[in-house]
Amino acid sequence: MIARLAENVSLRAAIALVLLLLALFVAPWFANDYLLTVLILIFYFAYTGQAWNIMMGFAGQLSLGHAIYIGLGAYTTAVLFSFFGVSPWVGSFAAILMAALWGAMIGFLAFRFRVGGVYFAILTIAFAEFARIGFDHLSYVGGSAGFFLPVANYTQSDLWTLRGKPIMFYYLSLGMTVAAVVLCHIMVRSRLGYFWKAIREDEEAARAVGINTFRYKLIAVVISAAMTSLAGVFFAFYYNNLFPEEVFSINRSIELILAPIFGGLGTLFGPILGAFMLTGLAETLTTTLAALGVDVPGAKQVFYGICLLLVITVLPEGVWPWLYRRLGLAGRSE
Amino acid sequence: MSTDIYLNVAVSGVLTGLVYGLMALGLSVIFGVVRVVNFAHGEMTTVAMYFAVVLFATLGLDPLLMMVPIAGVLFVFGYAMQRWLINPFISRPEHSQFILLVAVAIILANGLLIVFGPDARSVQTSYAFDSFKIGPLIVDATKAFAGLAAIAVAAALFAFFRFTRLGTAIRACADNYTGAQVIGLNVPRLYALTFGLGAACVGAAGAMLALVTDVTPPLGPSFTLLAFVIVIVGGLGSMSGALAGGILIGVIAALAGLFYTPSAKGMFVFAILVLVLLFRPQGIFGRRA
Repeated sequence: MIARLAENVSLRAAIALVLLLLALFVAPWFANDYLLTVLILIFYFAYTGQAWNIMMGFAGQLSLGHAIYIGLGAYTTAVLFSFFGVSPWVGSFAAILMAALWGAMIGFLAFRFRVGGVYFAILTIAFAEFARIGFDHLSYVGGSAGFFLPVANYTQSDLWTLRGKPIMFYYLSLGMTVAAVVLCHIMVRSRLGYFWKAIREDEEAARAVGINTFRYKLIAVVISAAMTSLAGVFFAFYYNNLFPEEVFSINRSIELILAPIFGGLGTLFGPILGAFMLTGLAETLTTTLAALGVDVPGAKQVFYGICLLLVITVLPEGVWPWLYRRLGLAGRSE
Repeated sequence: MSTDIYLNVAVSGVLTGLVYGLMALGLSVIFGVVRVVNFAHGEMTTVAMYFAVVLFATLGLDPLLMMVPIAGVLFVFGYAMQRWLINPFISRPEHSQFILLVAVAIILANGLLIVFGPDARSVQTSYAFDSFKIGPLIVDATKAFAGLAAIAVAAALFAFFRFTRLGTAIRACADNYTGAQVIGLNVPRLYALTFGLGAACVGAAGAMLALVTDVTPPLGPSFTLLAFVIVIVGGLGSMSGALAGGILIGVIAALAGLFYTPSAKGMFVFAILVLVLLFRPQGIFGRRA
């Protein structure tokens, strides 16, 4: 198992990876609460980016509506916890089932009716928007007034109910990200991963060599949706409040795809690097502007937009593939 | 009496739908020729709306007249954006173009936030509460003017594409990219021109929208989505389809607001979008490619 994981990873890359993991593991002892929340945000984006990357980076299906899976995961576990006292760990199974079913339905309809390219992307937006307005009118979960998880003043963290201090959420998000990377690493190097890449590169050719493209595209959507729903669970229990306008918003869908594209589509480390860079950039801008005494709402986002524009113009493949070559991390292949 | 209400709401929906249709027409023209989905469309619309609001608030100029200069400004903006920013992305994959235009959208929306702040602005003209009475119909004057102006702008654009040499050249680029290059057309320039024309539609539509609704900086994405829906329902790349789609969506949204509840009308709109994408991806009024 370990040997298989280490396949195609050069020694330098492996050492760098172990050092990075160690640093992240001990980080809470040195980081203050602010830095910890920034790191949690980074891992949230790294994880969702990884999940989205399965669909777009590996199988080549552009989804711009992943907010629907965030929202379904968040609402499912939040309702089960608040109304029925079900632990989020158990509720996650329901969340995964819910998101996987929706993903399967969207994927089935889209691929059966041959909705591709830009049209597929817009179809995913349509479903997410439909869900947003639907949840706005679902009085069972509070509608547009929002849904709130019970919050008490916890002095210590309760892992079973996910009520507690940032440090618990830090390790949870770190664990989720590592698990996602390992899972993706295994999938990419499996038969499934090669089928996906074949579909991504040339769907006609993939079909011609006998790959059931419909089936493997559907699998990509279902896995991606199921993984994204867990980010929704995290979202619900970390923030403790859910508004359809926020959870299902198109902005949610867009922000989670920036990191993988920025970092490098279809790479394992791209989404993580992208999350670090983009979240780091946003936070640096906040503190810099505050230090300079600039208190203009929107100024930070304008700089953020300009940086995004510059990087996508200069490095269209993303930062990681470029850095990878620069650092000489390439092993035998890749 | 009751049928009169439905008729009035439907007419109001047609008129608003025409303005939205004009905005969507810009998206359709850009996609039909340049093959780039303009994800900053809604933000460009809000920029145009702010132009109209500022011109009215400071100089008292009527948005219906200012629609021409505003369209001109947006044309220059669109031309420059395509020429220097988007053109290198023409042959890059869709997600790359998407991020580029999302970045443009972020800059525009937050630029507006910096300049104008988060408060809603609107234009209050002297004829804001006027209306025409045609038989049982009571037509809101503002909406009537805006709807007619939208038809006029769209007609001018149709005429340009159909009857001028430049318009024919642009259609040639859309039909056959390589062929257009072979016969010596300056494709990058024609693309920039097309993007400018699409942006000009947005400028004109934005000026009229300022008459109909309030504007706030974060309004962009909802306009972008609306333009997507209209354009896909009408047929992506089809010019008359965009207007027809605008009318259809306008009427459906207005009637859904009347029959059910106004806040849920978006659900009907997106449900229609899903149905069209699945069963008639070329659009209700579009031809099969």
